[in-house]
Amino acid sequence: MTSATIHSEATRQQADAWRRQTALRRFYTALGVGLLLIAMCATMWFADEANAGHFFDRLPHILDFLSWLVPKDWSDVWRALFDIASPNDKGTQEFNFPLGRVYIWSGFYIPEYFELMLTTVNVALVSTFIGFVFAVPFSFIAARNLTPSPVLRLVVKRFMELLRAFPEIVIAGLFAAIVSIGPVAAIIAIGLHSIGALGKLFYEINENIDMRPEEGLRAVGANWFERVRFADLPQVLPNFMSYTLLRIEINVRISTIMGAVGGGGIGEELKLAISRGFGAKTLALVLLLFITIFLVDQFSAWLRRKLVGEQAFMMSA
Amino acid sequence: MAMTVEEIAAIEERHPQVFHRPAYKRFWPLLLIAGTVLYLAYALWFFSLPQVLRESHWERLPLFLSQWISYDLQPEFRLDQPQITPKYPRFSALGENPNPDWVVRNPDGTFTVRIDGDAKSVTFDKTRATIIANGVTVPISLTGGKPVVTGPVPDWVTVHDDEIVAKMGFVGEVRVTVDRVKVRKRFLGWANIVFDTRSPFFGKSAGEVISLIVSGPELQPGTSNLALAADNIWNNAQWQHGDVWTKLLQTIVMAFLGTLLGGIVAFPLAFFAARNITPSGLLSQVLKRFFDFMRSVDMLIWALFFTRAFGPGPLAGSAAIFFTEIGTLGKTYSEALENIDDKPREGVLSTGANGLLVQRYGVLPEVVPVFISQTLYQWESNTRGATIIGAVGAGGIGLKLWEAMRTNSNWANVFYMVLLTLAVVFVFDNISNFLRRRLSRTLHDYNRLQAAQG
Repeated sequence: MTSATIHSEATRQQADAWRRQTALRRFYTALGVGLLLIAMCATMWFADEANAGHFFDRLPHILDFLSWLVPKDWSDVWRALFDIASPNDKGTQEFNFPLGRVYIWSGFYIPEYFELMLTTVNVALVSTFIGFVFAVPFSFIAARNLTPSPVLRLVVKRFMELLRAFPEIVIAGLFAAIVSIGPVAAIIAIGLHSIGALGKLFYEINENIDMRPEEGLRAVGANWFERVRFADLPQVLPNFMSYTLLRIEINVRISTIMGAVGGGGIGEELKLAISRGFGAKTLALVLLLFITIFLVDQFSAWLRRKLVGEQAFMMSA
Repeated sequence: MAMTVEEIAAIEERHPQVFHRPAYKRFWPLLLIAGTVLYLAYALWFFSLPQVLRESHWERLPLFLSQWISYDLQPEFRLDQPQITPKYPRFSALGENPNPDWVVRNPDGTFTVRIDGDAKSVTFDKTRATIIANGVTVPISLTGGKPVVTGPVPDWVTVHDDEIVAKMGFVGEVRVTVDRVKVRKRFLGWANIVFDTRSPFFGKSAGEVISLIVSGPELQPGTSNLALAADNIWNNAQWQHGDVWTKLLQTIVMAFLGTLLGGIVAFPLAFFAARNITPSGLLSQVLKRFFDFMRSVDMLIWALFFTRAFGPGPLAGSAAIFFTEIGTLGKTYSEALENIDDKPREGVLSTGANGLLVQRYGVLPEVVPVFISQTLYQWESNTRGATIIGAVGAGGIGLKLWEAMRTNSNWANVFYMVLLTLAVVFVFDNISNFLRRRLSRTLHDYNRLQAAQG
């Protein structure tokens, strides 16, 4: 038997094995995609069945629904945005503002919607701050390489997990009954959630640090706080900041939603405007919200790029 | 082993970037902290926090929290009728004919209500009442037109003009006036979580229920006991298991459907948006701005719009998540595409394959695990987010939670739903984490192979 036939025999076997494997793989992929499609159709049907209005019944009316959005007078959008009296005002809520302008300087005022937007953004900022302040110490305690006690680590980790998974709306509802409905309840709810969310990201960063500086400090007799402060913190702070900025983006969105369920801020006004069909007000609010979120996102992205470079945009696979 | 001054100076000179940093670099942490403090002071004023905290009712917190895991029964005894009989509120957890063993009719005509065994109890007839708690006996005379404590008043008893209130901590309280005695007794646990008081199975032990189901006579002619029991549990009026579980399923469906559809739409668009793959730079820019737009129009806005368009329900919620996810997933997909290694693509291109085949064999194997991983991550976070979205009318458990809290009385019901939500989030987190770990292993192997081959 020549070496050439042995070679071709082996190649053939290999090719067969490869073909079999590929066929199996294709089968599994097809099976997965098929199951996914079935699940998709089933859930679509379920969602449609459970909804108040059905998809195909409502579809022709989508454009009717959009038609109220178009205001009769486009300058009403600007008037709504800057709180200027409209000539179309008939005494209804459509062109009136219960809160009104907030005067700062004799003639200089913040229009109602900007004030509400400010509330929403402030809720997001303060709650992110709360999250950051508590998440940093928690993350040091939860990190495997920094805290030797497994019990302590487990307790803190579970606690953060609970904070993360607990529906914010329940915390907000609970505190609405205690500190009154409004932005403070929303701050507490989003803040608690942020502790859990940031804490998890932070301790994962802590577990990936370079331990050599820490060993150096240990060798010269530094205690736990000194080691964390001088070995760990300088390594992780840029990443912490980056994630905190990302959290601000998320929290602005959550705080808007919280507003719609009584947490103060722009969400409530938006919900009212849409449910009553105030086209000009809705457009003004959507515009304001869109620009704010866009600016917050862009600013945060710019700052994160400065802090940690392109790494900030690579999601862990 | 102290260093000499020269040695210190030498080190300083060797590392100027550490010891002689420019002023802005040295002071920016200080500036950041000062700015934060200033901002917090402003926020304190903006939210008028001192006033809000002064007017808040923190004493309600332990009460609310205890209501999450307990229920109370409030029998009332009228003293101005010929015969003293306990009256329970309608829809009390005890059902229609309550006869609890902690309400005792004594042989001498008095009533004793044991609130915490014999240690905390109240005994009364029409002329006097005796409250026992914390080792102290408080006799009350009811004959003088208003209740009067005869003897010293301990600090857990409050004497009002026409009512005496004895607070006994978690277990309950007693309120005595001349014409009635009101007792509130608190029990740990959830009342009637399986069968409500209207069910024929109500008040039976687990063993009795099982034996009834297995071999008992039909309680309701024409239906098997098993079907009856299932129907009674599903339609439990107090806990609304059926409704809660359906709403929970809606929340899950909203997150699943929204994320999946978002992924399906974002997938092809991402190829045209990725800078290194797109046939035209203009198209890439337009698509990227489109993704930004879909993301920046908040999920709330989409939810409100679709609630108005389709009516409240999971369809509106799914659509809201779907639209937001087109933006989020489109952005992350196109970024993943821009980060790929170009060599496999060039390899496939060099064989003369057409555009579609190049994408299929040169790009797809590299990005699919990343795509799936990111989609799973979004699915996970949407499962949490769908709860909040629901509260504005977009379907799911959120609205039910919000309504249960609004009425402010049913914290046990709220906690039941919270536990279910937590369980769902936990399960889906773990599924997603498991799948992503599997994928990351695949990715890891792939990267290692690539590295090994140079």
